Amino acid sequence: MGAGLDAQRRGLAGRHSGLRQNDFGAQPLPCWIGRVNGLEQLALPTELAGFDCRNNQLAWLSLQQDGVLAALQQVRQRHGASRVAVVMGTSTSSIGATEEAYARLEAGADGNLHFPPDMLRPRIHTPHSLGDFVQVATGLSGPCITVATACSSSAKVFAQAARLINAGLADAALVGGVDTLCGSVLYGFNSLQLVSPTPCQPFDARRVGLSLGEAGGFAVLERAGAGPATALQLRGYGESSDAHHMSAPHPEGLGARLAMQAALQRAGIDADDVGYLNLHGTSTPANDSIEAAAVAALFPPSLHASSTKGWTGHTLGAAGIVESVFALLALEDGLLPGTLNSEIPDPACGPQIRFENTQAEISYAMNNSFGFGGNNCSLVFGKAG
Amino acid sequence: MLEATLEGIGFWGAGLPDWDSACVWMRKGERPLDPPARPSPQLLAANERRRAPGTVAVALEAALTACEAADRAPATLPSVFTSTHGELTITDYMCATLADDPCAISPTKFHNSVHNAAAGYWTIGAGAHVAATAISAGRYSFAQGLLEAMVQLHAGEEAVLLVAYDGNASGPAAEVSPSTGLLGAAFVLSRTACAGLPGLQLRLHDQPPPAQDTPQGPLLQLYADNAMQPALPLLEALAMDQDKVWMRSGTDQWLEIDILHE
Repeated sequence: MGAGLDAQRRGLAGRHSGLRQNDFGAQPLPCWIGRVNGLEQLALPTELAGFDCRNNQLAWLSLQQDGVLAALQQVRQRHGASRVAVVMGTSTSSIGATEEAYARLEAGADGNLHFPPDMLRPRIHTPHSLGDFVQVATGLSGPCITVATACSSSAKVFAQAARLINAGLADAALVGGVDTLCGSVLYGFNSLQLVSPTPCQPFDARRVGLSLGEAGGFAVLERAGAGPATALQLRGYGESSDAHHMSAPHPEGLGARLAMQAALQRAGIDADDVGYLNLHGTSTPANDSIEAAAVAALFPPSLHASSTKGWTGHTLGAAGIVESVFALLALEDGLLPGTLNSEIPDPACGPQIRFENTQAEISYAMNNSFGFGGNNCSLVFGKAG
Repeated sequence: MLEATLEGIGFWGAGLPDWDSACVWMRKGERPLDPPARPSPQLLAANERRRAPGTVAVALEAALTACEAADRAPATLPSVFTSTHGELTITDYMCATLADDPCAISPTKFHNSVHNAAAGYWTIGAGAHVAATAISAGRYSFAQGLLEAMVQLHAGEEAVLLVAYDGNASGPAAEVSPSTGLLGAAFVLSRTACAGLPGLQLRLHDQPPPAQDTPQGPLLQLYADNAMQPALPLLEALAMDQDKVWMRSGTDQWLEIDILHE
């Protein structure tokens, strides 16, 4: 899709998919991926070189976009660095670097295999690599956490940051998520037979599986009223568990429904107040029919709901932030994306599931993110005032 | 300041398979004669109990015993699972298999590789449809887990389950992510003050405490090589009736925890 909000706007409006045939790794599986161009050539500043790896490179690239650093500078000036939290979401963090180390193991004098010297960097071989890197890269010193609940991770960061701010432990927070392509997810989802050989087709009757993607994104949250008025607000969040299966959704979509209801309730709005819902919509046979039924049970036929994974692929732990950004763009511009690559609605789809883009002024936008372990999060965003 | 009532503690460490035996060890220096080698969490079906990754087993064992001590139904409690590294034997398996024969990855190992595996198995076993989260914050993972659990109480939850755990490193990754043995600790925290139960008061500071002792308590003697060892000073303070613990929660932040014993 490219770097920055304008590239997302152009891609969504022009219905240009970011997916390409898999060219990642030495023997790529026959599937389609959303790969960020040129990431391999991106160099971190010298003082951050110890954090160098694909995931942190994408984190760094994403941090440079759309005035994130300038917005951080402002909240930092208002509140101080220790009053700004860093809450990051990721599924696999920089495990790609650990995979690389295992591919290049060296025999030591003791007869055992060891990481090559350039990979002996403990801070990138642990789930907190992302939060740690972002905190060091931004110089913030408030609470710093990495949320890793698989594909709901960077939706849940909004909830955790909102709680930290409401409890008075921070006045603002940098939230976001980054996940990058790696062998673990490509071969892992392949082992579960969930990867489509063709570009994913969410909610299409012919869909056979997902396409994986990589992405990074950030948002700066600040306590309402603690700074100049902003146009957009986080209005509600809902979190739930399926309590059903590690990698298959609850057959009646119970967890999905509970998360959406809780988010609406916290936002203090009714289902028919929502103008756009960005669905989890992975394009796996199970997820989409169950999610469509849960949406049909909660929302009126007038709702415009869609999956944007035909543009981005499933960006896993980054899906929460990517699709929250799409929901926020819908609020800001009135561009309600449809569902790219999809043409024939699954019989389970209610009238809410839309394949075509629409332009409409809306007051509230929602985002659903569901993850392995039956971990669900829904967010509600609104306009200020 | 954040406040909570500590309704129940669950614990499992190699050699000390429950909180009572951990307390006896701390107070009298005595250990059980024939402790189990591995936790056997009753929340899982018998076949799953044997197959579950070590960190899942130790997390679920600590979590269930904390709920029992608090007399709270597991299904009702929102949960915060915190772990420095998650299941390192699966990290080792995934990376070694990818280097060797990537198409041989086991689908079960893959779905167990997510950091929220223990949280997922817990919600499934407990039938809990409430929120569950899984976090990591490096060496500050316990402090940030405690903070998030207390913040959830502040946000209106009646009671919250906090589960902290780490396990054994294996293979070449053990050099960069060292951790030894299984260690799990769980706490049921609630909003309502209750006679006879200890209270916790938590303050976040940007300055270190005036004077810091190097903690060297009896639990640290046993579990200093587990990545979740930063949780141990609070457990020791609770068992030994100490009334204050300082805990580093980030590169530039510290938690001051006051314990109000009953």
